[in-house]
Amino acid sequence: MTDYKKISMDGLWNNNPATVQILGLCPLLAVSGSVVNAMGLGLATMLVLAGSNFAVSLIRHFVTPAVRLPAFVMIIAALVTVIEMLMQALTFELYEILGIFIPLIVTNCAVLGRADAFASKNAPLPAVLDGLMMGAGFLFVLLLLGAMREALGQGTLFSNMQLLFGPMAANWQITLIPDYRGFLLAILPPGAFIGLGLIIAGKNVIDKRLKDAAKRREAAEPKTSRRVRTTGTVA
Amino acid sequence: MSLITVTSPHTTGQRNHTGAFMRQVIYATIPGVAVLTWLFGWGTVFNLIIAVPAAVIAEAAVLKARGRDVRFALSDWSAALTAVLLAIAIPPTSPWWLIVIGIVAAIVVAKQLYGGLGMNPFNPAMVGYVVLLISFPLEMTRWIAPHEAPSWFDSFRMVLASANVDAFTGATPLDSLRTWAGNAEQLANQPILHGTFAGAGWEWVNLAFLLGGLYLLARKIISWHIPVGMLVGMALIALPFWLVDDVRYASPLFHLFSGAAMFGAFFIATDPVSAATSRYGRLIYGALIGVLVWVIRSHGGYPDAVAFAVLLMNMAAPTIDYYTQPRSYGHRKAKRGASR
Repeated sequence: MTDYKKISMDGLWNNNPATVQILGLCPLLAVSGSVVNAMGLGLATMLVLAGSNFAVSLIRHFVTPAVRLPAFVMIIAALVTVIEMLMQALTFELYEILGIFIPLIVTNCAVLGRADAFASKNAPLPAVLDGLMMGAGFLFVLLLLGAMREALGQGTLFSNMQLLFGPMAANWQITLIPDYRGFLLAILPPGAFIGLGLIIAGKNVIDKRLKDAAKRREAAEPKTSRRVRTTGTVA
Repeated sequence: MSLITVTSPHTTGQRNHTGAFMRQVIYATIPGVAVLTWLFGWGTVFNLIIAVPAAVIAEAAVLKARGRDVRFALSDWSAALTAVLLAIAIPPTSPWWLIVIGIVAAIVVAKQLYGGLGMNPFNPAMVGYVVLLISFPLEMTRWIAPHEAPSWFDSFRMVLASANVDAFTGATPLDSLRTWAGNAEQLANQPILHGTFAGAGWEWVNLAFLLGGLYLLARKIISWHIPVGMLVGMALIALPFWLVDDVRYASPLFHLFSGAAMFGAFFIATDPVSAATSRYGRLIYGALIGVLVWVIRSHGGYPDAVAFAVLLMNMAAPTIDYYTQPRSYGHRKAKRGASR
């Protein structure tokens, strides 16, 4: 019996590729300067993850362990090429902005990591879910980091969303601080490193709080209720 | 690999606590601050008045969040010293929020997030300075022309109300050198480059910080290795280039008495936490800072370079210590890399 809930929670939180596995840092840090860049790359990575997990899961009985990694990389590279061409056709400006980081999804360790660690050992349906959830977890961190850096760096949120969603998204921009001069550090690479560090620290704080709360609940539960009462009273 | 954990100061006596040393360093900046105020107006003093409470509040807030003893940690005066150093480093024309952002970057990010005093791999004041320099290049390069000092009221308005400061600003000697290097005619026509013995005005700033540094040496707060290493390293690399092409490269004397050279050598590079600790290591550390300052001043993107040079060498300090570990008494010199 496959535990779909566990797969989802692993990808989104417990085993998040960005904050727990610390994989795929190169694109994560490089293109999280604004929400639109983060969303573009995050969606592309999510699609590649789901697609590659599905394909790898289908061929898992036919590929011998000795040649599995080259085979997986071939599949991932093919999928990335498809995504790259799709973005070139549909969102050309964003494709130009993201540049080398779209083809570099091939080298994102999270993609090969999931193919090898999960998809090659599981049936297609759980594998697709795992890819989607891992991708969503990665997308979530990318979006958070992109929003932090865009808000601090330019004082806006969701600027230039028309690059991804077409003309109807042109007025989605939220100006948080009018006449903001910009805090350049947040846009520059140091801002990405510091921001990701803060996100990971924040996740660890939440995990610790949850753990402490669970421990307290366990301690507060009355011991007697666990015993099956047979006869008489229990001291 | 095991890194050396001994750090200065190595003294004994009644006044052997961190706060006393930090206060001595603060006192030693007085001549420099006095000359800065004489040349550039009261901006530096206002920056100091904002910076020190901001640093103490930021430090106390983080210490509380970390569950540390706030009173004990604040009594070491290190937050105040970081604030003083950063307030001196930034231009006296800067608005109040600039120093506050710098202080938060220095105290919260560079110092406390790494574990507080003694744990920070980088010099907190210089991290704050570099954060400001790359984020707000306009405000951070607006220095007042020497002897054009605004009145205390104008300085006050610049700090609090972001008043127009262009009437007072001018290029520093290092700015002029950057702009006109290689153009002999223009170089001769820049009065800022021809002070009494180095860049106008800034020679006295550097002399004052040299004086404060000598006081620190006399009180044995710092050892001579890092400042001497840095100043000699800077002079030695500047000399041959200046001899070959004195239109493109400034003289060693000009470099030694421009920008943050003396301030950096005695007050910044000597930070006992982030610098190298062995005796040879300190000489190498200082000399490489001096060389880097000259390289970035002459070929880099910014007019002055002490902050970048110090941060780069902070990264190298553990490695320098590893290779310059002194022989311990009774043992032969350890061979690095040899299996034990």
